[in-house]
Amino acid sequence: MSGARFSPLQRLLHWAMAVCILAMLFIGVGMVSTISARTLPLVSIHKPLGIAILVLALLRLGLRLRRGAPPLPADLPEPMRLAAHLSHIVLYALMIAMPLLGWAMLSAEGYPIQLSPGLRLPPILPQDTGLYALLRQAHGLLGYAFFAVILAHLGAALFHGLVRRDGVFGAMAPVPDRALN
Amino acid sequence: MPPSPAQRFPLGSLIVIAAVLGGSAAAFAYTAGWLSPERLSRERVLAGLSPPGGPAPGRRRNHVRGICFTGSFEANGAGAALSRARVLAAGSYPVIGRFNLSGADLAEPDAKARVRGLSLRIAAPDGSEWRTAMITAPVFPVATPEAFYALLQASASREPGAMAGFAAAHPEIAAFGAWARSAPWTGSYAEERYNGLNAFIFTDASGGEHVVRWSMRPEAQPVPVPPEQLAGRAPDFLDEEVKARLAAGPLRWTMEVMVAEPGDPVADPSKAWPEGRRRIDVGTLTVQAIQAEPDGPCRDINYDPTVLPEGMRVSADPFPAARSSAYALSYERRAAEAAQYPRTAAGGRP
Ligand code: HEM
Ligand code: HEM
Ligand code: HEM
Repeated sequence: MSGARFSPLQRLLHWAMAVCILAMLFIGVGMVSTISARTLPLVSIHKPLGIAILVLALLRLGLRLRRGAPPLPADLPEPMRLAAHLSHIVLYALMIAMPLLGWAMLSAEGYPIQLSPGLRLPPILPQDTGLYALLRQAHGLLGYAFFAVILAHLGAALFHGLVRRDGVFGAMAPVPDRALN
Repeated sequence: MPPSPAQRFPLGSLIVIAAVLGGSAAAFAYTAGWLSPERLSRERVLAGLSPPGGPAPGRRRNHVRGICFTGSFEANGAGAALSRARVLAAGSYPVIGRFNLSGADLAEPDAKARVRGLSLRIAAPDGSEWRTAMITAPVFPVATPEAFYALLQASASREPGAMAGFAAAHPEIAAFGAWARSAPWTGSYAEERYNGLNAFIFTDASGGEHVVRWSMRPEAQPVPVPPEQLAGRAPDFLDEEVKARLAAGPLRWTMEVMVAEPGDPVADPSKAWPEGRRRIDVGTLTVQAIQAEPDGPCRDINYDPTVLPEGMRVSADPFPAARSSAYALSYERRAAEAAQYPRTAAGGRP
C-alpha cells in the first residue's frame, strides 16, 4: 500500500519542525543545567527559535485543517488508531502551547522578551508573580512531557516503518514520492 | 510496500527501535545534566549560598535584605560616545532600584554586612531596559564563577584551614581581603560608592566597540564610622537612616563609565584596571522615594545583569552569564514561595 502521502509542503514542514523542536528541547534543558557562559548563546537561540516554531505551527495547523491527512491503513487496530489521533492532537497542542507559555511567563515576570538585538516582543500578560510561577512550572513540565510524547511518536513511526510496514511511515518520510515506488 | 504480516518475530527491528529511543533519552538526560552530578548547576550554586537554616522563603537567595526605591537617571549625553543605547542619550529615564546587603541570612543585623549593594532597573521609552546590580567592593573576591562556588563551600566548611587552603589556591582574593580589612565603614547607603565590577561591551553609533565597567559615585560625603559603633545601632539602621536622609531631600550618584585598554583583564572582576583609564561621567541617579520591600516595586524584579539595551552586550567576563542563570532560579523559587512572604507585612523583617 504505497498509498496517499502528506503533501510535499506538509512533509517539509514536519521535518523542518521536527529538527527545530528537538533542538529546542535539548537547548532548553541544556541552558538551565549549568552556570557556564554557554547558557547565554543558548538562551538567545531558544527565544527566537521558539517563536518561529509558533508561527510555523499555526501555518501547519491551517494546512492540516485544509488539506487533511492520508487515511490510516484500514487494518490498523482501533486502539492504535485512537493513540495516533490523540498523540497528533497533543503534538499540535504542545507546538503551540510551549512558545506561548514561554512568551507569557516572561511577560508575567516583567522581563524584556528580546528575540534579537533589535527585536523585542510586547508582553502578552501584565506583571504578576503568582502567574509567572505557574507558567514557569508549566513550561518546564510540559517541556519534559513534549519530549516523552515525541519519543513515543518516534517509536510508533519506526514501528510502522520497520515492523508493520503499512505505509504510515512512507506517508511522512522525508523522501520524494518516486523513492517509495 | 505491501503489508507483510509478521511471519517471524521482528526481533531485529524491535532492537533497532529500542536503541533509537534509548539513545535519544540518554542524550537528553546527558544534556540536562542528569548524568553529570559534577556539572556546576545553578541548583548547586543556590545550595552553596543557602544559610545553615535554609533560605528565607519567598525572598532572594543572596542579598536577601534590602529596600526598594524609585527615582530617575538623567543621562547627560556623554555616554553616547561609547554606546548608542537609548538610556545614554541625553534625557531622563525612570528607575526602580534596591539598596541591599550581601548575604542570605535574613536575621543578620545590618552592621555585619561588609558588602552593600545597589541594584538599578533603568527603563527607556523604546521599551529597552538596563538592569545592573553593583556592590561596594572595588574588586570581586574571585576570578571565576567556579571559584565563587568553591569560596562559598570553603567559607561554610567546618574543617580547620578550609579558608586558608582556599586563599592559597586563589591568591586573587587578597585584593578583596585588603579592601574588607582596611576600607572605612559608613553609616549610610547614601555615602557608598557602588561598582558594577563586571565588564561589558558598549557599541557606539558608528559601530566602534569599547569594553567598559561602571560605578556609581555618591554625592554625599562618606563619614567613616568604626564597625564596633555600627554594631550598637538598630539591626535595620541602614533602612531607617536612608529613609530619614531622603526626607531631607533626594539622594544622588554620578554614574562613571571606565574604558579598558588592550591587555586589561576584562574577563576577571577580581582585578582592577590600571589607574589612568579613561573615565566618562554619563549621568546622574536621583533617588526620590523609598518603599519597604514587601510592597515595593523592586520586590518582583530580577536584577539580571544580562538585561541590557541595544548598544550594550556581555563581554568575555564569565560572570554575567553565571549570574543570569543563578538569579533566574532564585527568582523562580521566590516567585513560587511568594505566599510565604506576604505583601502586607510592615517592614518585612522577622
Ligand atoms: C524524531 C523526530 C520527530 C518529531 C520531533 C516529530 C514531530 C511531529 C509533530 C510535532 C507532529 C504533529 C504535527 C503534524 O501533524 O505534522 C507530527 C506528526 C506526524 N508525524 Fe512526526 N515527528 C518525528 C518523526 C516522525 C517520523 C520518523 C515519522 C514517519 C516517517 C513521522 C510521521 C508523522 C505523521 C504521520 C504525523 C501525523 C501528521 C498529521 O496527522 O497531521 N514523524 N510529528
Ligand atoms: C517549541 C517551543 C519551546 C520549547 C520546546 C521549549 C522548551 C524549554 C525547555 C525544555 C526548557 C527547560 C525547562 C526546565 O528545565 O525547567 C525551557 C526553558 C525556558 N524557555 Fe522554553 N521552550 C519553547 C519556547 C520558548 C519561548 C518562545 C520562550 C520565550 C520567548 C521560551 C523561554 C524560556 C525560558 C526563559 C526558559 C527558562 C530559562 C531559565 O529558567 O533560566 N521558551 N524551554
Ligand atoms: C557567580 C557569581 C554570583 C552568584 C552565583 C550570585 C548570586 C546571586 C543571587 C542568587 C542573587 C539573588 C537574585 C534574585 O533573587 O533576584 C544575587 C543578588 C545580587 N548580587 Fe549576586 N551573584 C554573583 C555575583 C555577583 C557580582 C559579581 C555582583 C556585583 C558586582 C553581585 C551583586 C549582587 C547584588 C547587588 C544583588 C542584589 C540584587 C537585587 O537587588 O535583586 N553578584 N546574587
